[in-house]
Amino acid sequence: MGQKTTLERYGDKGTALGRVRGLGSAKSGTHHWLMQRFTAVGNLLLVGFLMISLVLLPNYSWITVRGWLAQPVPATALALIMINTFWHARLGMQVMIEDYVDSPGNKFGALLLVNLAVIGGAAFGLVSIARITLGTV
Amino acid sequence: MAERPLSPHLQIWKWGPHMLVSILHRITGNALAFVGLPLLLWWLGAIASGPAAYDTFLGVVGSIPGVIVLIGLSWAFFNHMSSGLRHFVLDIGGGYEIETNKRWSVGTTTIGILLTVAFWAAIALF
Repeated sequence: MGQKTTLERYGDKGTALGRVRGLGSAKSGTHHWLMQRFTAVGNLLLVGFLMISLVLLPNYSWITVRGWLAQPVPATALALIMINTFWHARLGMQVMIEDYVDSPGNKFGALLLVNLAVIGGAAFGLVSIARITLGTV
Repeated sequence: MAERPLSPHLQIWKWGPHMLVSILHRITGNALAFVGLPLLLWWLGAIASGPAAYDTFLGVVGSIPGVIVLIGLSWAFFNHMSSGLRHFVLDIGGGYEIETNKRWSVGTTTIGILLTVAFWAAIALF
């Protein structure tokens, strides 16, 4: 490790690329990528279950749909969908924002809104499922 | 942003199926995030709130514009699913040869449409 990095040689002057050259990877980039894949597989199973269930339901009346969703397996699947799809959507929207929103301020604001929206949305879904499963509507 | 020359972009490249499948993956993913998930929440919230709220929900999604949105969302899901599966193959290093890449770009886009048709046919049948 006798070789100095660009940063050690020139301090924090130079271009953005020059400042990071020689430092190796950021070490955290793979987490986003992996989580996108893990949640993708989860979505494949969970939303697949939802789509097949929607086909098999005899009708879409409140009594039928509520009775179906009040059972443990559908309720668990929907609860997991709330966590998994919103997580996957958050990662995907983040990439879209990073690609299309150039100014740092707007990017920060957009990412902030996405994070608040997905956590709020997932929480609302989980509370609704809890009420359907445990409540006495 | 610094004013620098930009590299050639969409206006310069000849369109191919790989470009279509790529942008459709992004568009359908964001459609599912911005329209699909809120609709899913409305559905759950309406079921949890009781028959009156659920009837309001059914009235909107059961209308002609509502059904068009539902069909569009189901296509967005199946398209995103099949091009997502294509991504898994690309992730493990397969499917980069030009002919193979072209074939599966057309293939996954077609499969997305076929699954959408099959889904609504199954709903009508069962």
